[in-house]
Amino acid sequence: MSRFDWLSEYLARMQDEMILVRRGSARELAPAHLLEIDAEDWGRAAQLAASLDYRWAGTWGDHRGEQIVLFACLENEGDYLVLRTVVDTATPVLPSHSPWYPAADRPERHLQDLLGVLFSDHLDDRRWTRHQAWSEASYPLRQDYPLAGQPQDETPPDGDYPFTRVLGSGVYEIPVGPVHAGIIEPGHFRFSAVGEEVLRLEQHLGYVHKGIEKLAQGRDPAGLLRLAARVSGDSTVAHSWAACQALERACGCRVPERAQALRGLLCERERVANHLGDIGAICNDVGFAFAIYQCSRLRELWQRRSAELFGHRFMMDLLVPGGIGVDLDQGAIDTLRHDHARLRRESADLFALLDDQPSLEDRLLNTGRLTAETARRFGCSGYVGKASGQAFDVRSANPYAPYDRTPMETPVLEEGDVMARLQIRAREIDASLEWMDRLLQSLPEGPLQADFRCAAAAEGIGFVEGWRGEIITYVRLDEDGRVARFFPRDPSWHSWPALERIVLGNIVPDFPVCNKSVNGSYSGHDL
Amino acid sequence: MGDFLSPAGWLLALVQALLFALGAPLLAGWIKRIKSRLQNRRGPALLQPYRDLYKLLGKKAMVAHSASPLFRAAPYIVFGSTLVAVAAIPLLAVSLPTAAVADMIVLVGFLALARFFLALAGMDVGTAFGGMGASREMLVSALAEPAMLMAVFTLAMSAHSTNLSSVMQFNLESGLILRPSFLFALLGLVLVAIAETGRIPVDNPATHLELTMIHEAMILEYSGRHLALMEWAAQLKLMLYGVLIANLFFPWGIATRLTLPALGIGLLAVFLKLMLLGLLVAVAETVLAKMRLFRAPQYLNLAFLLTLLGLFSHIIMETGT
Repeated sequence: MSRFDWLSEYLARMQDEMILVRRGSARELAPAHLLEIDAEDWGRAAQLAASLDYRWAGTWGDHRGEQIVLFACLENEGDYLVLRTVVDTATPVLPSHSPWYPAADRPERHLQDLLGVLFSDHLDDRRWTRHQAWSEASYPLRQDYPLAGQPQDETPPDGDYPFTRVLGSGVYEIPVGPVHAGIIEPGHFRFSAVGEEVLRLEQHLGYVHKGIEKLAQGRDPAGLLRLAARVSGDSTVAHSWAACQALERACGCRVPERAQALRGLLCERERVANHLGDIGAICNDVGFAFAIYQCSRLRELWQRRSAELFGHRFMMDLLVPGGIGVDLDQGAIDTLRHDHARLRRESADLFALLDDQPSLEDRLLNTGRLTAETARRFGCSGYVGKASGQAFDVRSANPYAPYDRTPMETPVLEEGDVMARLQIRAREIDASLEWMDRLLQSLPEGPLQADFRCAAAAEGIGFVEGWRGEIITYVRLDEDGRVARFFPRDPSWHSWPALERIVLGNIVPDFPVCNKSVNGSYSGHDL
Repeated sequence: MGDFLSPAGWLLALVQALLFALGAPLLAGWIKRIKSRLQNRRGPALLQPYRDLYKLLGKKAMVAHSASPLFRAAPYIVFGSTLVAVAAIPLLAVSLPTAAVADMIVLVGFLALARFFLALAGMDVGTAFGGMGASREMLVSALAEPAMLMAVFTLAMSAHSTNLSSVMQFNLESGLILRPSFLFALLGLVLVAIAETGRIPVDNPATHLELTMIHEAMILEYSGRHLALMEWAAQLKLMLYGVLIANLFFPWGIATRLTLPALGIGLLAVFLKLMLLGLLVAVAETVLAKMRLFRAPQYLNLAFLLTLLGLFSHIIMETGT
C-alpha cells in the first residue's frame, strides 16, 4: 500500500470548497503530513474531513508571542494529517471542529481554558479543565503566565459547574465523586436516573490537573522525559516512548535497532501487566473476586520480574533520548522467555475458566454496549475501539520500529460490550507474548544509545500505541534547545466521552463495570 | 414447652443469647477465611471480625450535620431487635423458657423492624447512596418476606405450630423422613437467607463500589461504634439464618434435656452444622458472580415459587390419610 494515496483527493476537495492551502509539507512533522490553512477555513476543513470519514485524533495550541498556532490531527488508513493554522493572540477566534467531530468537544474547551482560544460555533461553551484554582481571565499556557503559577491562599470550592439537568417526574440525580470509596483517581460523575435506569451521565474531570503542559516549558530533553513518564503512571513507557519519538524526529536522531527493540519489549510488558490487572478488576466489579486475585498474582509476578531485570516495577524512566538505559543479557532473555511460557499457560487456564462462567457471562454480555458508529465518531482507539469494530492500531496501521521488522497481530471484535473489551485484552496479552518471543529470538545486536544532539527551533511528533490506545505527542524546542511546547494526547480524551454513551440505557449498578472496562486515565486526560 | 420458672432454663437462655452474639463474628470470619483459601490466598485471621468490632467500638462516631436523632438511634434499634430475635431461637436446646416467644412470625417481625430502621437511617442523611441502598433493600425484602413466610407456613402445617421449638421437636420425633414439602421449603429458605443477609449473588459484602451496594450503601455514613453495631447486627443476622436452616431442617444433636452432656453435644452439633453451612456459602460465593440488580426479583420469585410448591406438595401429598 502506498502511503497517503488519499491525500490528493482531500486536497482536490479542498480546492473545490475554496479552502486555501497555504503550505504543505511531508517532512516537517513526519510521519504526519502537514497542511497549513487559514483560520476561517478551520471549521470547513474539518467538515470536509468528516464527510470523507477521516478520524479526528486531537488538537493542541502553541502560544508564540503575537500569534497562537493551532494544530489538529486527523488520521485515515493509518496515515496522519496535521492541520495547522494561526490566529492573533489579540483576537484568538476561529471556527470549531466540534460540530463535525464530537471528540473535539473537550479538547477544544481545554484549549479555551488554558490558551484563551475562542471557538466561535462551539456547541458547548462551558469550562472544562479550569477549576477555581485560576481566574477566568488568565490563561496558564500563554507565555506571559508565570511557570510557578499564581497560587491563591485558598482555592474556593468548585460547586457551580453547570451540569445539564434532566427534568421529568421521577428523575433524580446521583452525584458520584470526585472522591470515591475505593482507591482510584478523582473525577466527578453526575447521573440522571429514573429508578435504576441511567438517562444521562455527565462527567466532570480535571481534578488531577497538574499543569503538565506548562511544567514542560523550559526543560531539557532529559527533564522532559522525566515529566512524560509521569503523564499517566500506568502508561509510563508508552508516554515516554511517544515523547522520545517526538524529540528524536525533531532533532533528526536515529535510534539504534537494539534500543528500538527493547523499547517495544518494555511497552508490551506494560500492556500485558495492565491488561491482566484490568481483566481481574472487571470481574471483581461484578462480584467475581476469584479472578482479581488470580490476575493480581500473575501481574505481581510479572512486575517483580520487571523490577528485577529493569530496576522498576512500572519500568519508569528507562527510555532516554536517542536510546534506552537498560540492556538484556542472554540469561535475562532466557528468564523472560520462560516467564512468557508460564504466563501463557496460566492465563490460558484462567481465561478458559472465565469463559465458562455463566453468571459472569450474564453480567458482561450486552452490558455497556458501544456501537461501531459511536466508537468511530468519537475516534476511540485501543481496546475500546477494537472491541467495537475499529481495527485501527498504530502498531499495525502505521508500524514504527520495532513493529516494522517484527509485525504485530492486532485483534478486533464487533460486539462492543464489556465482554468484548475483556476479550480484546485477553487476546492482546496472547498477541504480545507471542510478539515478545519472536522479538527475543532475533534481538538485534548493537549500541543502546545514539548520540542525541538537541536541535534548535525544531518540532516533532510521536505516535505510539500504548496499552490504552493511540498516544500522540507533540514537542517543540526553542532556539536554545529547551522545550517550548509539549502536548501528550492520551487515548483517554476519546474514551471518556465514549463512556458517557456506553452507560445510556444501562442500570446504575452496572456503571462501575462499564467504567472499569473502559478504564480511562484521569491523569493522562487532565494533564 | 419449657418450665417458665426454671432458673437453669433462664440461665441457659441467657448463655445461648450470649453465644449467639459472640459467635456471630466467628461465622463471618470463617466464611471469609474459606473464601480466601478458595481464592488461593491466606486471607485475614479467623478472629479478625472481633478485632474490627473492637477497633470500631473504640472509635469516635462521626455523624453528618444533616443527620436527625433517628440516625443516632437506628444502630441501637437495629442491633437490639436483631439480638432479641436471635435470643429467641433455640441454638443448643429446645424447650427453653424463651421458646414461648420463639414464634416464626414474631421472628419475621423483629427482622422487619430492624430493616425498617436500617432503611430509614439510610435515607436520613440525605445522600444519594443511602437512599439508593434503602430503595434496593426494600425491593429485595418486599419479595423475600413473603417467600420466607411461605416457607414458615409449610413447616407449620406439618408441625401444627409456628413455634420454632415445636417444629424442631416435631422433626426430631418424626425422625428422618424425606418430605417433599420440607425440601422445597429448605431450598426456598436458603435463597431467601442469601438475599436477606446480603451475600453473593444478590449483594456483595466486600465491595467498595458505591453504585452497586445494597446493604453497604445504607450504612455508608456510619462510623465508629454506630458502624460496629450495624456490622455486628449484620453478622448476627447471618448466623440467625444459619441456625434457622440448620436447626429447623436438621435438628439432630440439639439438646432436648437440660443436662450437661446433652448441651455439650448440642453445642458441638450446631458448631459443626454452621461450619458446614459457612463452607457452602463460601464455595457458592467463589464460583458465582453477582447478579444484575434486576435479576434479584426473578431470583426471589423463584424462592417464593419453591416455598409455594412446598406448601402445595404438603397439601397434596402429606395430608389426609
